[in-house]
Amino acid sequence: MLRWLIGGGREPQGLAEKSSVQTIGEEQIQNPYTELLVLKGHQDIVRFLVQIDDYRFASAGDDGIIFLWNAQTGEKLCELHGHTHKITAIAPFSSSDDTEEKTDLIITASADRTVIVWDCTSGRQVRKVSCFHSTVKCLTVLQRLNVWLSGGSDLCVWNRKLDLLCKTSHLTDAGISALVELPKNCVAAAVGKELIIFRLSASNNGSEGWNVLEVKRLVDHQDNISSLVSVNDLTFVTGSHVGELIVWDALDWTKQASECNFWDSSVHPDVQPEIKLSQSPNETSVQHLTSDEECVFAAVGKGIYVYNLQMKRVIACQRTAHDSSVLHIEKLPNRQLISCSEDGSVRIWELREKQQLPAEPVPTGFFNMWGFGRASKQANQAAKKMQENTPMYFLELVGDLIGHSSAVQMFLYFGELGLATCSADHLIILWKDGERESSLRSLALFKKLAQNGDLQLRL
Amino acid sequence: MISAPDVVAFTREEELEDDLYREPPLPEEYSVPLFPFAGQGANPWAKVAGSKFTRDFILISEFSEQVGPQPLLTIPDDAKVSGTFDLNYFSLRIMSVDYQASFVGHPPGSAYPKLNFVEDSKVVLGDSKEGAFAYVHHLTLYDLEARGFVRPFCMAYISADEHKIMQQFQELSAEFSKASECLKTGNRKAFANELEKKLKDLDYTRTVLHNETEQQKKANDKGYYTTQAIEKANELASVEKSIIEHQDLLRQIRSYPYRKLKESEFHPYEPECALDRADMGSDQDPTASDPAELGETHLYTHMPSYTPKLIKAKSAKCFDKKLKTLKELCDVYFFTQTLDQLHHIERTFRGDVCYLLTEQISRALLKQQSVTNFLFEDVSFLDEKPPEKQYRGCQGLGQDTTDEKCSEESLAPKVVISLGSYKSSVECVPIKMEQEVEDSEEPKMSESVMSEHQENLDYLDADIKGSISSGESIEVLGTEKSGSGLTKSESQASLPVIPSPQAGRSKVGSRRTVSEDSIEVLSTCPSESLIPEDFKASYPSAINEEPYVDDDEGGLRFTPRLNPGVDEGQDDVSKQESLVQVDAACCIGKESPSFLEPLPELGQKPCEADGVVRIPPQPYRPAEQGLRGGFPSHEGLSGGLLPYELDSRYLTGSREVSKSSLDECSDSTSYISSAASTCSDRTPSPAHLACAAGERHRKRAGQNALRFIRQYPFAHPAIYSLLSGRTLVVLGEDEAMVKKLVTALSIFVPNCGVYAKPVKHWVTSPLHLVDFQKWKLIGLQRTVSPAGVNVLHALSRYSRYLSILDADSKTLRCPLYKGTVVARLADHRTQIKRGSTYYMHVQSILTQLCSKAFLFAFCHHLHLPISEREPEESVVNRRINFLKLQLGLANEDIKIVQYLAELLKLHYIQEPGQGGNPLLRFDYVPSFLYKI
Repeated sequence: MLRWLIGGGREPQGLAEKSSVQTIGEEQIQNPYTELLVLKGHQDIVRFLVQIDDYRFASAGDDGIIFLWNAQTGEKLCELHGHTHKITAIAPFSSSDDTEEKTDLIITASADRTVIVWDCTSGRQVRKVSCFHSTVKCLTVLQRLNVWLSGGSDLCVWNRKLDLLCKTSHLTDAGISALVELPKNCVAAAVGKELIIFRLSASNNGSEGWNVLEVKRLVDHQDNISSLVSVNDLTFVTGSHVGELIVWDALDWTKQASECNFWDSSVHPDVQPEIKLSQSPNETSVQHLTSDEECVFAAVGKGIYVYNLQMKRVIACQRTAHDSSVLHIEKLPNRQLISCSEDGSVRIWELREKQQLPAEPVPTGFFNMWGFGRASKQANQAAKKMQENTPMYFLELVGDLIGHSSAVQMFLYFGELGLATCSADHLIILWKDGERESSLRSLALFKKLAQNGDLQLRL
Repeated sequence: MISAPDVVAFTREEELEDDLYREPPLPEEYSVPLFPFAGQGANPWAKVAGSKFTRDFILISEFSEQVGPQPLLTIPDDAKVSGTFDLNYFSLRIMSVDYQASFVGHPPGSAYPKLNFVEDSKVVLGDSKEGAFAYVHHLTLYDLEARGFVRPFCMAYISADEHKIMQQFQELSAEFSKASECLKTGNRKAFANELEKKLKDLDYTRTVLHNETEQQKKANDKGYYTTQAIEKANELASVEKSIIEHQDLLRQIRSYPYRKLKESEFHPYEPECALDRADMGSDQDPTASDPAELGETHLYTHMPSYTPKLIKAKSAKCFDKKLKTLKELCDVYFFTQTLDQLHHIERTFRGDVCYLLTEQISRALLKQQSVTNFLFEDVSFLDEKPPEKQYRGCQGLGQDTTDEKCSEESLAPKVVISLGSYKSSVECVPIKMEQEVEDSEEPKMSESVMSEHQENLDYLDADIKGSISSGESIEVLGTEKSGSGLTKSESQASLPVIPSPQAGRSKVGSRRTVSEDSIEVLSTCPSESLIPEDFKASYPSAINEEPYVDDDEGGLRFTPRLNPGVDEGQDDVSKQESLVQVDAACCIGKESPSFLEPLPELGQKPCEADGVVRIPPQPYRPAEQGLRGGFPSHEGLSGGLLPYELDSRYLTGSREVSKSSLDECSDSTSYISSAASTCSDRTPSPAHLACAAGERHRKRAGQNALRFIRQYPFAHPAIYSLLSGRTLVVLGEDEAMVKKLVTALSIFVPNCGVYAKPVKHWVTSPLHLVDFQKWKLIGLQRTVSPAGVNVLHALSRYSRYLSILDADSKTLRCPLYKGTVVARLADHRTQIKRGSTYYMHVQSILTQLCSKAFLFAFCHHLHLPISEREPEESVVNRRINFLKLQLGLANEDIKIVQYLAELLKLHYIQEPGQGGNPLLRFDYVPSFLYKI
């Protein structure tokens, strides 16, 4: 289209022809999002979205401001000012103590080396902690223990009254990049290439006292661990910058399986070598991991890979799902997968089972990489070569959302309320199902009519 | 849009002329002799051909205690308007109607003179011989030096169309009441000031006299009073009595019931402010006798120092003084306001009554459609309020150093008001300008006037001679009388009764026939207080015009005129008036010379006032006068062409350019048509009570749209995009061309709210998603620079939200349209030729769409299940069936109605005052590329 605009001639495939990225075109029957609301407020890159309850979410980013939004109406509920630098981590902390009424708190950490706890209802600052030696890079709430952890150059454990319960010694200057809760009061912290398991235990001398002990260090990764996610009570997964994916046993912290050649020709033997060479480490980095009970979904470079835990292999992949790095992916309940990327787009994928005769030759990745024209059906069959009799899966692009003019940092799926995306263009966009919104408006209209008494016949 | 355009259009002349001018004129020998009375542009259908004036005008007259009834000024201030019509004679007529005179003086049983605050009287007069019918509004102003402290004035709206006066009586009455209220308010202020000065004089005189008496007492030890002393004492006593009288008057004038001001929507100034001042004034009354304290009081500190004069005894009844002019009577600011209001009245009611009525009816109906009217109507003109009090503010007043009010106001705490008003005073300048522009058309119409003049001259003279004393041809057609019903007199039975547009309006009135001297009262109206509120509300605003921008085209230079200029013009008028007054003062009993030869004087006046502007038409005046000697009237037509051309240039140069974004790019034909619209004489402009600008814009937009649908075969999908809420981007290198297209297409854009149309005429930066929320029609610059590539990149990125009309390569990229509605809306084979007609056609089809959308949005069972258990699918089915079968919509038309319905819903559920988040709705539909 760009070429058409510039030159005047019509180019059927336009830009799509040049890039290997699969495109869907303008007709997207399965894409429910036909209405959008732009939420303006942030002055800088918006990096975090976090859900507070059924209809509220918070956004935070480099401008140090936290906004609370109504996901249904797009109304700005609150503006929380307090941090002087960019926000580095945010976590919701809803308490359900029997003694007090339910309060929704959020904890935010900032590069100004403070952590602030906010009350979402009143918009007030509950407490500010500024005794950190370094920036807190991750926050985790252990609801079960009613404590929360902050990870920077050391690991601190706090109770909900914001008392420091215990802390580890200084670990590294780089600090903890990710934390995940494990069974048996354990947490896994990603520190550089290492994965450190800590165990929290009640101290002997007091009821409120806790101790944190380093239990184990796992050094299986070749490079920095970039993502860490818990799959279920028995398993958690880590991904590293060079594209290693390791599945761990959550109880004894042993390696269950690993996959390290996402981009490798071992998966797609026909891929030409020069393409392999052109891939920088950044393109193989595991940016984000998410999982359901069966599979782990990995955003690796520009691609998305589906790793089945039972089969212990990648069952489907989309090597170039986006024009640029995929920053966040999430699995929806309805077999759909949403990914967002630095290229400013959000894409909706569906994991489909491919009915295929076993004898039929498996299509090669060549088509995928070169995106031959409108042969998208074939291109989608990016599943790897597999044994007979096993079902084949592929990721079908069912829709894309184009609205942001810059990298989409994150998104938040709100079920039928829609989808919130945040981006480096300072905007948050609420994507909504136009049909549903329309009928909601009709409902509101007739409610208002009844209120105004306009439904009565006027004589 | 409700009116039937073609019927009305026929009575409007500008379009006829428009067509006339497109073709080269026939050689003279082939031309058919024209309608005998008609000069160029005269309308054979007009009933008013026999009348001696060419168009409606407003006349202000005074019943001067020195010279009797005399005309003061006309609006428009142009001799050609009144033509051969005898203003002096007519003034005599309208001022001689007996109306409720205000009684001022010593009422029996009261020690002091008493001021009566009388209501104005409103009558309709007809002079069938002159072919003139007038709404006459009598009012009384106070003047300390006048007999009985009153000066009777009247304002008359004079038209050749009796029906217009009768049918628009209520509206005229309401509008003139505003003008009158403004005048009277100013007058009260001026009167109070005058009284204050007088009091100071008296006080000073008293002090002087007192001192003299004391001195005499001291000098005189003889024990008896000299006659001189007694005289002095008497004098002192009379001065003191006079002081008390004047104080009482001051109290009375300040205690004027301001409730009236509060009731009406037209506040010449803030009532509270006035009240404050009045209170303040009355508080100070007791101290008023003490000059020492006076100097310190707030009221006088800001006054330019006034040195009291000694008042000679018995100077009060002196007749050989000049009376104050109207402007002096009501202080410059209020006088100007009144003039503005009168000009506004003139513009509002000019034109054919049929058009006025249609306009009013459609406006009234549109107002009732409160749910849907925001979509395609210019809502601003629907619920227009009276224009912001058009304060000339302090700036204008500041020039007048004798005006206390100015300084007082500027220092008072209400400065904010004055500031705000200053702004609006800038806006109200063009009202005058337009008037002048029209005045400048005079050479063109002067032929007709002249020829008419020639031919009518003979019987005219006889007429005047015969009728001066008798008055048999004068009828009082209406007068003010409340509480009785209207009945038609036999003589007027043939009058068609046109239903009044407003339902709630009642024709209250009474008929009184005075048979003896054939003065007939045809109808009366309820007094001012009975005028329904909605009439007051329908006060048109004409303030959205902007001051001129300089235009070098054709070598004509325009100096934008601001307040001072206007004031100068007015000053000139007043100067002339004052000259006249001086003359009159020294020759009491003689006829006032001012209107003996009204034609030349009135004609020249504006030219003197602003010579620069008038230059183009001027040279032609002598030529025409020379022409009219022996040439047949239609010969003048070709002679008049040149100034006409000039004028049209001049017009467009001034007005169109200044209207900035509307349309810079019209070609010469539309120039001519626009010029024609403003310079046709009898039924000139759109009477709509609203801005001529809006009217002109619509016409221009309609013209451009017509051209667009003829030129572009893919007009349908483009219009469909707009109607279905998909943003249309007009891309092009040439700004004028793009803007022209945008203007053309803007008439198809539904409004999203009551705010401005979501149209952006020209953008040069890359578009963003937020822009598509805000604007539904965008003109976008195409450049070859790297920045231009960004612009295009953004376009291609967001292409799913956009339809793109490439003005340079004449291509359109947008979704397919297979419906039928747009085909009716924009048929390229349409027989409609004129922009305004097409605009109305569009409006009527859009209104149909609106009503469908309304039905769709407000049918309960189409959106919600009838019973709890009804599945969603059946509701959807019902909805689709309704759209297809009941509303008869096909294919994409459904989307149009759905989009409009969605807008209606949003508008309805939106809480007032809350902006609401603009949302962007879109579809995932493929686009196609259309080429010519």
